[in-house]
Amino acid sequence: MRVMAQLAMVMNLDKCIGCHTCSVTCKQAWTNRTGTEYAWFNNVETRPGQGYPRRYEDQERWKGGWERTSKGRLRLRAGGRLTKLAKLFANPELPEIADYYEPWTYDYATLIEAPLGDDVPTAAPRSAITGEATQPTWGPNWDDDLGGSTEHGVKDPIAEKLRDELGIKIKFEFEQSFMFYLPRICEHCLNPSCVASCPSGAMYKREEDGIVLVDQDQCRGWRMCVTGCPYKKVYFNHKTGKAEKCTFCYPRVEAGQPTVCAETCVGRLRYIGVLLYDADKVTEAASVADEHDLYPAQLDLLLDPHDPAVIRAAEAAGIPHDWLTAARCSPVYQLIHDYRLALPLHPEYRTMPMVWYIPPLSPVVDAVSGSGHDGEHRDNLFGAIDALRIPVEYLAELFTAGDTVPVRQSLRRLAAMRSYMRAVNLGQETDEDIPASVGLTGEQIFAMHRLLALAKYDERY
Amino acid sequence: MRSPRKANGNGIENHHDEGAATTALLRLGRYLTRAESSADLHSVHLAGGREGDAFYRDRWSHDKVVPSTHGVNCTGSCRWNVYVSDGIITWESQDPDYPSVGPDKPEYEPRGCPRGASFSWYSYSPTRVRFPYARGVLVEMYREALGKYGDPVFAWASVMDDPMKRMAYQRARGKGGLVRVSWDEASEIAAAAHVHAISRYGPDRVAGFSPIPAMSMVSHAIGSRFMALIGAPMLSFYDWYADLPVASPQVFGDQTDVPESADWWDAAYLMMWGSNVPVTRTPDAHWMAEARYRGQKVVVVSPDYADNTKFADEWLAPHPGTDAALAMAMGHVILTEFFAERQVPYFTDYVRRFTDLPFLVTLTERDGAYVPSKFLTAADLGDEGAETQWKTVLVDDRTGEPVVPNGSVGFRWNEHDQGRWNLDLGDVVPRLSLLADPGHEGVEVLLPRFDADGVLRRGVPAVRQGGQLVTTVFDLLMAQYGVRRGELPGRWPSGYDDPAEPCTPAWQEEITSVPAERVGRIAREFAETAEASRGRCMILMGAGTNHWFHSDTIYRSFLALLTMTGCQGRNGGGWAHYVGQEKVRPLTGHQTLAGAMDWMRPARQMIGTAYWYLHTGQWRYDALRNDELASPLAAGKLAGTSAADTLAQSARLGWMPSFPTFDRNPLDLVDEADEAGLDPVRHATEQLREGKLGFAADDPDAPGNWPRVLTVWRSNLLGSSAKGHEYFLRHLLGTDANLRGEEAPPDARPKTVKWHDTAPVGKLDLMLAIDYRMTSTTLFADLVLPAATWYEKHDLSSTDMHPFVHSFNAAVDPPWQTRTDFETFHTIAKRFSELAERHLGVRKDLVATPMTHDTPGETAQPGGVVRDWRDGDVEPISGVTMPKLTVVERDYPAVAAKLATLGPLLEKLGATSKGLTYDVGEEVNWLRAKNGVATTGAAQGQALIDTDIKAADAVLALSGTTNGRLATQGFRELEKRVGTELAHLSAEHEGKKITFADTRSRPAPVITSPEWSGSESGGRRYSAFVINVEHAKPWHTLTGRQHFFVDHDWMHELGEALPVYRPPLGSQHLSGGPGDSAEVTVRYLTPHSKWSIHSTYQDNLHMLTLSRGGQGIWMSPADAEAIGAKDNDWIEAVNRNGVVVARAIVSHRMPTGTVFLYHAQDRAVNVPRSEATGKRGGTHNSLTRLLLKPTHLIGGYAQLSFGFNYLGPTGNQRDEVTVIRRRSQEVRY
Repeated sequence: MRVMAQLAMVMNLDKCIGCHTCSVTCKQAWTNRTGTEYAWFNNVETRPGQGYPRRYEDQERWKGGWERTSKGRLRLRAGGRLTKLAKLFANPELPEIADYYEPWTYDYATLIEAPLGDDVPTAAPRSAITGEATQPTWGPNWDDDLGGSTEHGVKDPIAEKLRDELGIKIKFEFEQSFMFYLPRICEHCLNPSCVASCPSGAMYKREEDGIVLVDQDQCRGWRMCVTGCPYKKVYFNHKTGKAEKCTFCYPRVEAGQPTVCAETCVGRLRYIGVLLYDADKVTEAASVADEHDLYPAQLDLLLDPHDPAVIRAAEAAGIPHDWLTAARCSPVYQLIHDYRLALPLHPEYRTMPMVWYIPPLSPVVDAVSGSGHDGEHRDNLFGAIDALRIPVEYLAELFTAGDTVPVRQSLRRLAAMRSYMRAVNLGQETDEDIPASVGLTGEQIFAMHRLLALAKYDERY
Repeated sequence: MRSPRKANGNGIENHHDEGAATTALLRLGRYLTRAESSADLHSVHLAGGREGDAFYRDRWSHDKVVPSTHGVNCTGSCRWNVYVSDGIITWESQDPDYPSVGPDKPEYEPRGCPRGASFSWYSYSPTRVRFPYARGVLVEMYREALGKYGDPVFAWASVMDDPMKRMAYQRARGKGGLVRVSWDEASEIAAAAHVHAISRYGPDRVAGFSPIPAMSMVSHAIGSRFMALIGAPMLSFYDWYADLPVASPQVFGDQTDVPESADWWDAAYLMMWGSNVPVTRTPDAHWMAEARYRGQKVVVVSPDYADNTKFADEWLAPHPGTDAALAMAMGHVILTEFFAERQVPYFTDYVRRFTDLPFLVTLTERDGAYVPSKFLTAADLGDEGAETQWKTVLVDDRTGEPVVPNGSVGFRWNEHDQGRWNLDLGDVVPRLSLLADPGHEGVEVLLPRFDADGVLRRGVPAVRQGGQLVTTVFDLLMAQYGVRRGELPGRWPSGYDDPAEPCTPAWQEEITSVPAERVGRIAREFAETAEASRGRCMILMGAGTNHWFHSDTIYRSFLALLTMTGCQGRNGGGWAHYVGQEKVRPLTGHQTLAGAMDWMRPARQMIGTAYWYLHTGQWRYDALRNDELASPLAAGKLAGTSAADTLAQSARLGWMPSFPTFDRNPLDLVDEADEAGLDPVRHATEQLREGKLGFAADDPDAPGNWPRVLTVWRSNLLGSSAKGHEYFLRHLLGTDANLRGEEAPPDARPKTVKWHDTAPVGKLDLMLAIDYRMTSTTLFADLVLPAATWYEKHDLSSTDMHPFVHSFNAAVDPPWQTRTDFETFHTIAKRFSELAERHLGVRKDLVATPMTHDTPGETAQPGGVVRDWRDGDVEPISGVTMPKLTVVERDYPAVAAKLATLGPLLEKLGATSKGLTYDVGEEVNWLRAKNGVATTGAAQGQALIDTDIKAADAVLALSGTTNGRLATQGFRELEKRVGTELAHLSAEHEGKKITFADTRSRPAPVITSPEWSGSESGGRRYSAFVINVEHAKPWHTLTGRQHFFVDHDWMHELGEALPVYRPPLGSQHLSGGPGDSAEVTVRYLTPHSKWSIHSTYQDNLHMLTLSRGGQGIWMSPADAEAIGAKDNDWIEAVNRNGVVVARAIVSHRMPTGTVFLYHAQDRAVNVPRSEATGKRGGTHNSLTRLLLKPTHLIGGYAQLSFGFNYLGPTGNQRDEVTVIRRRSQEVRY
C-alpha cells in the first residue's frame, strides 16, 4: 500500500442553476489574456448538448483517454509513444479552433469615435484572432438552455449513443423538455492520460496533492496532452505556444483558500476535500475488464481515513498530520464514499477522474403526478425516479459507464431525504421506513441534509 | 479551507507499460530530460520544474483587495472583493463574509452572478467613457454664440431660439459626431441649459431620471437633491418599469414589502409563478434548491421550459398572460373545499382579523338584480364622530349587530381617535357570511366577466343596514369565484368539470391549457400545506406575470390565494414579488436627502409613465378607448375617453402629479400674484376655476409645455426602459426613427386634450447623460459626462433579498477624467449657482402636488366617488378637490451651498416617512460633529454632506433601520397612534448606530423599524406584514386590513372591484413589408436576460461570448420552420412600433406562437440595418409602446393615493405581438 493524498472536488448537479459564475470568475482570474481567449478552464454545459469543445465526448473521433488492450493492459487511445512521435507535427486528433469557437470582439471604439453619419453607431463583431470582420456562429456555450436544440442538441454524443445502442430516443419536444447543467474543470485524474501523452515530460501530477500541472518552462507545445485528455481540459496557448490548463488554483489552495470556481459558486454546490488512495492499485483499478466495474474499482482505491492501518501507512509515506485530519472530515469523502451520492465523470475513459458529481434529481414527480398521483408521497417516490424527465440511462452514460444501478441509488437517497425531511418541516412524526428503504438511518439523513442543504462554508471546503 | 498550506515537492507521474519499443524509447528518454525515472519506469520524479509554475503565482499576486458591489437594479446587492495590482483593477470574486443567518439554515454567501463577475471588464474596456463628450454640431453653434454674446445663458438661448440650429443638432442625435470637451465647458453648457429652461419655461420643464436608489443611494440622492433644489421633478421608475405591482397598493396599501430570500427556506410549499429564479435572482436561487432538501415542494408556472423548471416537482405551462384564470380556478377549489364544504379554523380566524372579507358592502339595484357598490361606513349608520365616512362596518357574529371596528383609515389621522388605529377587535367576532343571519335574503348580484360576453348572475345573502341592502365581501367573493352555497339564487357551475362557468378548473383549462385535474390537486395541496404549517406557503412572483397591462388583476388573483389561506405576515409564507431593487432599507434618510426635504418641501415627483406617454407623443397614436377596457356593468363614467383624458382628469383632481403642471411658468405665476397683491394659491385656484390658467396635461404639445432639459444618470433610459423607443427618438429627441404606425384617427382621439395637427418633433433642448459606458442613451445624448464605476466610488446598497446594508468602495480613484456622480452634480451645481446670480436670483415657485398616501390627504375624497370641479361637481379647493398648491422659495444662487449641507428644516420639522415623523435633532448634531459645518455662505452653520461618505453617513444616521435610537423613537410614536406595544421590536438595538465605516467592514444587518412591516428582532428572518399580524398594527388601507374588494368608482368602471380574470390585450399589428418571405405573427415577450442585468453587461465581452454574441429571438421549432429559419439565421421582427433585427435561437423549450427577445440587449452591439426601413434595427422596446390603465391613475382615496413609486400607471410591455420573417443573410452595419 502506497498512500497518497489527492485534492478532489464534488459538484452537486442537483443544485446547479447553470449561472456560469464559476466560468467567469475563473476566466477573469486566469485566462482573459491573448492566447487563451478561447480557453475556459472552467466551463458549464447544458445537457443534452454538445459540450465544449463540441462533441468532446466522442472518443472515436478525438481518441482521448485510455483503452484496454486484449491483454488487459492500458494504452493511450491515441496510440503509444511511437505513434505519437510519428505524428508530432501533424496530429489529426486535435480539435481545431472551430471546434472550440473562434473568439471574437467588437468595434467598441466606434461608439465614441464615429463621425457624424446617417445612422446610430453600432459595434460590429470582429475575430479576436485575425482582427477581420466576423459573425459568431459557435461559442463556448452556444447551446445554453437548449438554444438551437433541434439542430445541435441532437448531436449530443450521449443522446446519439442512447439512440444507437439502447434505442432510447430523447425527444426534443416542448412537452418532454428537460435539461441540466454540467460544470467542468480538469479532473486531476489519478491516471492522467494527458501526463502520459506528453513527449516532453512537462506535465506532472503533484506528489503532495495530486494537482495535475503543465510546467511552463518544459512544455514544447506538442499538444499531445490536448489529444490525450478525453475531457479536453488542456488548452494550447496560441501566443506562448504552450499548453495550459486548470491548476486547481494552486496559488490559492496553497494559501488555504478554495479554488476560485468553488468559492464563487453561488449555487453552493461545490465541495473540496482530501482523499487518500492507494497509488499502487491505480493501474489495476483502471484496467478492470468490465466498464461497469470501473466506478466500484475507483471507489475501492480510496482508503478509509479512519482506519488506523491507513493512518500509519500515510504517516510513513510522509503525509502530514493536518492532511490526515482533513481527510477524516473530508466532505468529498462523505459524499463519494459514505453516502454514495457522488459519481465520477466518464469512468470509461479509465483516467480515474477526481471531480465527482451528484446527479440531478429534478424534476422528479412531474411525470408521476401527470397521471394524478402525488409524486412526493413515499409510495410513489421510487417509481417517480424511473419516470424522471431526465432518463436515468443518460445520467448513467455520464457517470457510471452506463450502469444505472449506482445512479438510481444516488437519486433515491436524495428523494428519500426530501420525503423524510418533509415531515420534519411540517412538525410531523418522521417515517423511519424511508431512510431504511435506501439503506440509511434517520441520523444519516440529517447529516446528509446538513452537508447538502445547509452546506456551510467551513463544511464545503 | 481545511486543506493546509502545501509544501513544494516533487511531482510524480505514472507511466504504463506499452510494449518493448516504448520502453526502449523511454529508457532513452531518461537521458534526455531532467526527470528522474523509477526503475520500473512507472513513475517520474520531476526535480525542479516548479519554477515553470511561477507564472500562475505571479498572475495571482495582487496588492490589495477592496470590498464593493454593483449598482444595477438586479436585487442582488452582492458583496464582492475587487482585486488591485499595480494600481489596476484586475478581477473580482465574491466576499463570503456575511453575518450568519443561523446554525440551522444555509447562508447568504457567496452572493453573485456571472454578470457581476464580469464587471471589471468595463474598467478599461474600449466602450468606457473616459472624457466629457458633446455633439460636435451643438458645441460649434454654442461656441460661436458664446463668442457673440459672451454669456453662456444668452448664448444657449440664441441657439435654442433659432429653429434651424435647433433642428440641426436634434437631427444629429444618435448619429455619431461626438467630440471631446473639457469639464468646464461641459458643465457650463449643462448649467446654462438648466438656467435658461427655468427662466423661460419654469423649473418643472426640467427633469431628472435616475432609478432605483437602493442600488447606490448616494449617487441617486445627489442628483435628485439637485433637481429638488432647483424645483425640477424627478421621474418615477418603479411604476414606469412596470415593476410596481399595482395590486400591492390596492391590497396592502404598501408599495412592495416582501420576504428576504432566506425566508424561502422557511416555506413548506413554494410556487414560482412568472419568476425565473436562477436567471433573475441568481444569488438567491440556492435557497430554493436547498429548501427542497427540507421537504419543500416546488411548483413552477411558466409558459416556457424556463431555467427554474429544472427544479420543479410540477410544471404548469399556461398560455402567456392567462395566469389569473389558473389562479382564480385554484381559488375556486380552495374556497369550495376549505371554506364552503368545511371550515379551517386557522383560515377563518385569519381572514376575520386581517382581511376585509367580513366588511359590509352596499348593493345597488340594476336590471332587476344588484351590483356591489361601496363599503358601508359609520356615516351610513348615522354615526356623528370624526371621519365617519372613512370607518368601515362589519357585523358581530355574537350579536348580529353592526359594529365599527378599530383600524380603518378613519382612525388614523384624527386626534379624537388617537390609540384606536389598530386591529384589536376586543370581543367582537366578525361575521364572514350573512348566511349566518337568519333574516338574510338571497339576492342576485351581477358580476362582470371578461373571458366571454355577458355578465354573471350569482346570489349572495343580504340584509338591510342603515337603510341599505348590504352583503359581506366574503359573500361577494364566493359569488365571484362561483362557489355555490345553500339555496342562493343565480347561475352556478355544476362542478369542477363545468367549462362554461367561471372559475372552475375546467373553465380555466380552456383558457390556459393547464389540465383541470392538476389545478385541483395543486390548489388542494397548497391549502392543506398552509393549514398544516399555519401559513407557510409562498408564491414567488415576477416580471413574467407582472409586466402585463392587467397585471394588477393577475397579482390580485395570486394574493387572494395567499390571503385566504393565512399566509401573509408569516415567516415562510406570503407573496414574494421580486421585480426591481426597490427596497431602500435606510428609507427615511435617503428620502430626506434625495428630496432636499431638509431645505424645502415639497419636492416635485412625477409619474414616469404618464410623462413619457405624453412627451414622447405616444398618446397621439393610441386609439384604444377606455370603453374597450370597461366592465359590461360600467356606469359609463369613462365612456368615450382615452388614456390622455383620464390622465388630465387625474391631474386636475389632485390624484396624480403632473409636471409640467400649468400652461405657464410657475415662477411667473407667483410673480403675477405678488404684483396683484394676491395670495398665490388663491390666485392660481381662481384662475383655474375661471379657465384662465390651464393644465399642461390638457395641451402637452404646446411648446411652452414641453420638457426642455433632461438629465439621465445611473440609467440607460433609451436602451432599456423606454417602452415606445422609436416614439422617444422621433418626438422627444427629434431624430430618425423606425416608427411605422399611424396616428389615431379623429374619432379615436382624446376628448379633452388639445390636438395639434402637426405633432412636435424634437422637444428637448438638452439631453444630458452621465455614464461610464456607451449605451443607447449616451449615443443619443447631447452631452455625455464620464462617470466613475462602482469600483471607483463610495456609496450604499440594500435590497429586498437580504437584510444587510453594505457599501461601495473605491478600489482605485476614478481614472482618466471620470468623476463620481456625486462630484459631477456638485460640479454642475456650482456652475449653475454662478450663472443663477445674474439670470435667476431668488424666486418663488408654485408647486402643485397630489393628495399623498400616508398623509391626511389620503382622506380627501370620501367614498371613492369622482367629483370633478371642472364639471361643477365641487368647488376647486387646493389639496381637497384639486392638487395641493404650495409656494416654495428658491434661492437659485445658493443651490450649490445647499446641496452640500443639511438644511434647517430637519430640526424644525423632523424627518418623515410612511406617515411617521422622527425627531432627528440629536442626529443632526452628531452629523455636525462628525462631518463638520459650513463656515460661510448661505448654509453657514449647517452640517456638511459635501463628500459621498459624509452623505452616506447622513442617510444611515437619519434612518430607523440603521439607527436604533430612531427606530425605537418611531415605534414609541407609532404606539401612541396604534395603542399597542411595539417599541420592544427594536429595543435590543436602541444604542446601535450603523455608520459607513461599519458597512465597509462587513454587510451590516439592519434594525427592525417602523419604516417596514416585517421584523428582524432576535435574529429572525424578514417577512412582510409580521408586525401587522403579530402586533395588530393596521395595513395602510381603507379598512386597515388586506383588501379583496376595492370600491373606487373607477375600479367598478373597469369591473375590477374583486379579483377577476382579464385576458391579455389583443394587439393589432402591421404585416407585410419588403420581401416575399413567409411570416409568422407571434406574441412578443421580453423577459429578463440570463446574460445581462437590463442593458448592463449585455455589451460585456464575456457575456456576449457566453451567449450568442448579440440580440437573439428565441422561437419554437414550429415557428422557425414556418418562416424557413434555422438556428442563428438573421430575422426581422416588425410591427407598427418599429423594427428589430436579430438572430433566431431555435429551441424546443419555447411554446409555439410565442417568442422571447431578452430585455434590453440595446442597439449598440451587433445590430445591423434592417431590411424594412434601411435604418439601424431597434432595441427590444422598438416593438413596444405605452398603454395606460385608468385605474392606476386613481388618487385621493386611502390606499389608492399617490406616492412616489408607490402608485402610478405602469409602463407595461407584454401585451404586444409582432410579425417575424427571415431576412437576407447579408447584413450591413
